[in-house]
Amino acid sequence: MKQFVAFVHKEFYHIFRDIRTMMILLGMPIIQIIIFGFALSTDIKDIRVGILNPNEDMTSRKIIEQIDASEYFIVTRYLQTEKEIDKVFKEGKIDMVVVFSEQFSNNLLHTGEAGIQIIADATDPNTAKTFTQYAANIIAAGQQGMVSNGNIPIHINSDIKLLYNPQMKSAYNFVPGVMGLILMLICAMMTSISIVREKEMGTMEVLLASPMKPIFIILAKAVPYFTLSCINLFTILLLSVYVLHVPIAGSLLGLIVISLLFIFVSLSLGLLISTLTKTQVAAMLASGMILMMPTMLLSGMIFPVESMPAILQWISHIIPAKWYIMIVKKLMIEGVSISFAWKEISILIIMAIILISISLKKFKNRLE
Amino acid sequence: MDNIVIETKNLTKTFGNFTAVDHISFQVFKGEIFGFLGANGAGKTTAMRMLCGLSKPTSGEGKVAGFDIYRQSEEVKKNIGYMSQKFSLYEDLKVWENIRLFAGIYGMNDRQISEKTDIMLKRLGFESERNTLVKELPLGWKQKLAFSVSIFHEPKIVFLDEPTGGVDPATRRQFWELIYQAADQGITVFVTTHYMDEAEYCNRVSIMVDGRIDALDSPKNLKQQYNAQSMEDVFQQLARKATRKAD
Repeated sequence: MKQFVAFVHKEFYHIFRDIRTMMILLGMPIIQIIIFGFALSTDIKDIRVGILNPNEDMTSRKIIEQIDASEYFIVTRYLQTEKEIDKVFKEGKIDMVVVFSEQFSNNLLHTGEAGIQIIADATDPNTAKTFTQYAANIIAAGQQGMVSNGNIPIHINSDIKLLYNPQMKSAYNFVPGVMGLILMLICAMMTSISIVREKEMGTMEVLLASPMKPIFIILAKAVPYFTLSCINLFTILLLSVYVLHVPIAGSLLGLIVISLLFIFVSLSLGLLISTLTKTQVAAMLASGMILMMPTMLLSGMIFPVESMPAILQWISHIIPAKWYIMIVKKLMIEGVSISFAWKEISILIIMAIILISISLKKFKNRLE
Repeated sequence: MDNIVIETKNLTKTFGNFTAVDHISFQVFKGEIFGFLGANGAGKTTAMRMLCGLSKPTSGEGKVAGFDIYRQSEEVKKNIGYMSQKFSLYEDLKVWENIRLFAGIYGMNDRQISEKTDIMLKRLGFESERNTLVKELPLGWKQKLAFSVSIFHEPKIVFLDEPTGGVDPATRRQFWELIYQAADQGITVFVTTHYMDEAEYCNRVSIMVDGRIDALDSPKNLKQQYNAQSMEDVFQQLARKATRKAD
């Protein structure tokens, strides 16, 4: 036990002596939360709308007014012909065009059916998907109000209800993502680098020739990064609650337990990387390529997994962060009980068992 | 015999088809400075790793400090010191922190550690460097410190893997004085080296060629046997027979 304590001491010295790395480790979550929370906001506002309306009736005008009145849209242009649609999109002056069919209100009143076409610039598919949905909602609400007005003399207010994230705040999506990314990065990357550094420097040989058990070397390495991860978890939660105003709807205890499980998975991954690489640079690249990029791109943190090609969706299943982020969304944002996340939790537990057994086996083999 | 501290019989290590260490048998006595020579790739590091419990032999027997290297590697590790080819202290720890760490790993208590640290630093003339980060020390000092740390827990045997690589002749000289001091205290020194002048300082020398020990005797006897002026000549005559390429 004394050996172990002496060794943990030493690991903390390594971290504290390397001020720059420590600042990065502790500052990174703060900066990421602020960048993702404010600068990279995907909140939709002031979408420029063009209108192509061949009619001069009240019904269509009312719908246009409603679109313009919403905070998401500004009607900036009235188009005259269909040819113009292509032109305004290419000039980049417009994000969305709403086209009313001919005889719009006549058709609506007599046949009960009329068409509206929404055309959107989908170069950014996720945003386009979101704002066309808003537009459809506004139009649907408008129609409803109008028809009801004809039959019953009351006006029905449109009420678009978006579950869990009524303001469509992107922070709700990013906070769990940043948590996954930071924990993965610190535990896996830093642990693997710190083990590989000992190999590279030659100190690992000396340790292995000493009576210290290899498993204790590994555990002692994990302790400081585990501590750092806990500090970061705490910082992220504080920032998200008090700065980004993302509430913790579910159980805080559940969230912490799940995070500890995820930290364990990441530590095992770091150990695995350390047994596969020989130099610090290789360990860093491996962590970067295997962990960082897929975690950012495929975990659903930035792009929704559902809209990816099937093969990427399959790959995303083996990324631990994806499952962690799903659990955190459930516990933190939706506020459901931890029993609703049993599937994701069991996947993480299985991953933890597989990773730790492979890496311990590899670590033992390497001693041979 | 009681004063045999290392004994091997037909110790062998193979990696696939490659026999790195080929049936070596030798004895090392207490308090001896035993030089373990060989060209690169001759198998001396592999042999040394087996003796330190870092790697399991494929076949043959080996005893270090009276413990079997197959079954009692934990006991072996408690009774040896090891200084690796690469520099083996932590550069970002202070001098005393390195000492405390390694002494702690070998199970020494705080009082023993602080008493011995004072004595050791005084003997090395390092008293003023107690709180210096190791990376700020000159290379020769680091090597001397690393050696002193490796025998800090008073092991029965210390294994030195090319300890003086890259060090200037004056410092190498001082380093060997430390080795003699250790041997006087009864610590057996098992050292690999590339420098043939260092081989002359050893009590006995073994020369490995292609995984086998081709010669083992005192430098004086070896020179007579091979009719050579220096250990350099002896080594050249033996190494010429090697068929294995250096890695």
